[in-house]
Amino acid sequence: MDVIWQATLASFSMLMTLDDRLIEVILLSLRVSLTALVIASLIGLPIAACLAFTRFPGRKIILVSFNAMMGLPPVVVGLVVYLLLSRSGPFGVFNLLFTPTAMIIAQVVLVTPIIVSLCRESLESMRREYHDALRSLGATAAQAISVLVWDGRFTLATAHLAGFGRAIAEVGAVMIVGGNIDHVTRVMTTTIALEASKGDLVVALGLGVVLVLLSLTINFLVYGVRSLGEAKVAS
Amino acid sequence: MTGASPLPLRLESVGLSRSGKNVLKDVTTTFAVDPPKTVIIGPNGAGKSLLLQVCHGLISADTGIVDWATPQNARALSRAQAMVFQRPILFRRSAVANLILALKIAGFAKSEWRDRADGALERTGLSRHAATPARSLSFGEQQRLALARALVVEPKVLFLDEPTASLDPAAAHLVESLIDEAATSGVKIIMISHDLNQTRRLADEIIFMHRGRIKERAPADQFFTRPENDLAQAFINGELLWRRRRSIFDGALVDDETCSSEDFNKS
Amino acid sequence: MIKFSLSVALAFGLGLGAIMSLIMGLAPGGSILNGPNKTTDSFITVASTTSTQNSGLFDHILPKFKATSGISVRVVAVGTGAAIRLAQAGDADVLLVHHQASEEKFVADGFAAKRYPLMHNDFLIVGPASDPADIKGMADSAAALSKIATAKAAFTSRGDESGTHKRERGLWASAGVDPTAYSGAWYRETGSGMGTTLNTSAAMGAYTLSDRGTWLSFANKQNMIALVEGDPRLRNDYGVLLVSETKHPHVKTRLGQIFIDWLLSENGKAAINGYKIKRQALFHTAA
Repeated sequence: MDVIWQATLASFSMLMTLDDRLIEVILLSLRVSLTALVIASLIGLPIAACLAFTRFPGRKIILVSFNAMMGLPPVVVGLVVYLLLSRSGPFGVFNLLFTPTAMIIAQVVLVTPIIVSLCRESLESMRREYHDALRSLGATAAQAISVLVWDGRFTLATAHLAGFGRAIAEVGAVMIVGGNIDHVTRVMTTTIALEASKGDLVVALGLGVVLVLLSLTINFLVYGVRSLGEAKVAS
Repeated sequence: MTGASPLPLRLESVGLSRSGKNVLKDVTTTFAVDPPKTVIIGPNGAGKSLLLQVCHGLISADTGIVDWATPQNARALSRAQAMVFQRPILFRRSAVANLILALKIAGFAKSEWRDRADGALERTGLSRHAATPARSLSFGEQQRLALARALVVEPKVLFLDEPTASLDPAAAHLVESLIDEAATSGVKIIMISHDLNQTRRLADEIIFMHRGRIKERAPADQFFTRPENDLAQAFINGELLWRRRRSIFDGALVDDETCSSEDFNKS
Repeated sequence: MIKFSLSVALAFGLGLGAIMSLIMGLAPGGSILNGPNKTTDSFITVASTTSTQNSGLFDHILPKFKATSGISVRVVAVGTGAAIRLAQAGDADVLLVHHQASEEKFVADGFAAKRYPLMHNDFLIVGPASDPADIKGMADSAAALSKIATAKAAFTSRGDESGTHKRERGLWASAGVDPTAYSGAWYRETGSGMGTTLNTSAAMGAYTLSDRGTWLSFANKQNMIALVEGDPRLRNDYGVLLVSETKHPHVKTRLGQIFIDWLLSENGKAAINGYKIKRQALFHTAA
């Protein structure tokens, strides 16, 4: 327990002094995970919409597969991406291994299934609910989708939060494809792993506290935007 | 009211099955501009809601013809009719935003949205709730909003599926007077009701359905005083028709303890 | 239907992306996909081991190298086996590990032209201050391990095919003991790096074989102390190798050679020998 208390103190002192290395590591974590989220959303939302609104042979299989992929172990994804990006691998020519780009690619693989599955569920249930009303009003397919996405924006936002949470908290994938290189591919989670392996448990846990605070802040921000939005609808 | 009326709507031998059961059988009838208010009644499972949905275009008939008078593309047709469901399906937005969305989908000019929406809210007594999230309204207010949304696009035909089923008498009364006003201003009302008193109050003409068929159609006063169909008579008397069937021997109506509501959907 | 789904959802995602790009454009470094910065930084990738990394050596000497040469060194620190595989795959330019046999095989297989002996340090057996197997001060490390086996005292092994692990296995063989028969009993294989294994030892009160570099800089010793050291069999030799451009034409041969030359130069040696923790030098270069 003493270590946890020391760690909490250490985390606050790191934050107060705006430790340079801490800032660098936080910014890289945010950059990698946010970029991965955006790309996963660009890929995942259209897939979710397709799955929610259209019926085609094999749809059930694809649906179940994405649900299953939500549980992909990050370390396995890291290994596979490493093998693909290695100079001896198919995409070696792009020289992406041990760069933030490789980390983003690995995290996109991890986050996309979450976006697809959670957004599909939300869109599908909203469609079931709105279907008759939208048809009765004579909405075109495009109008219908825009109503569904807009009305469902809070649930869709929560799905994105879940995806971001998965990305920012994982260490297995980014460690393997990034190599935890100082100043280049070292993010919060890999720093924590490194400090722990050096026996610097206080520092490791302190960084862990910072990571949790970061996650909490982002969640509160989204919650705040959501409340503002809901209030606006009523004003 | 602009544009030609899509009425009369002609149905010919319309049939529909669900899960292997015929739920609409050989329905042939015509809905014309007059009389202004047609009410469809009948016991549970008669196929009333399904008939309405087929007319409105929400589902397609398996057999038969559903023919509107003036040839219309899908868009014009949907703008010419509207429907109010038993439970109001409102969008997760404010009351006025719901109306504006309907106007937008129907293709009204953006400059007209606010005025038309405010007008509809006023006519339905919901002006002070314009900015309230639609789902926060009371049930009666929600149904009134659903009605406002249906009417704001100035349809020629308004379908209503038991619009006051879950409303308290005061709210039901309000909705009924709104329906009356709409009819007076030229909207053709085709409505399902379970409430015989409401039907007496509102209907100009009554269609009685039983087990997927139209059994009788008559002007309201004639229907209530001299129904031709004995099933209709039994229904008016408040008898539970789902336990009633015709004897296989002489065709008279008999009570059947072994009959259940599922038998309804058998052909 | 599909077209519309795609277009609307794409618009939604693009809008989101635009906002994110704005946020990230403001972050230091600028570009979103920060690949290797070709314009300003020249760099090489060095595959090395976690123990070397954890000792802090690289943090000490690499800035000096960058100052003189302008070359950044990106160290990927993994287990010895993984480091060698990385270099074989061509994912690193230089290999710096401490298992001579594996390094010589690397050369024999044609992945490097030669092995440059770089420096040495040593291993030591560490364990609980209570020393249940009574090995403190022994000169013969293999005999010490034998006593641990007899006493069935807890011993943690890295179990990860690292240089340290291979040395440990060699010592057990010299002692005539097969500890894997007792795996799970008193012989605990963590399958982890040195630091993690030390964490586990400290928590369990177990003996383990550690390199001096990691041991000296390890911050979680709890009640563990150094027990057996100085045995010549505990000497740990490091070699550095340049990955062959015959096998991997993309390797940064010129920059890599500059690095190796610097390591072997007087300046490089001074930097390595000058790295001390608590006034003890961790690594010793060849004279």
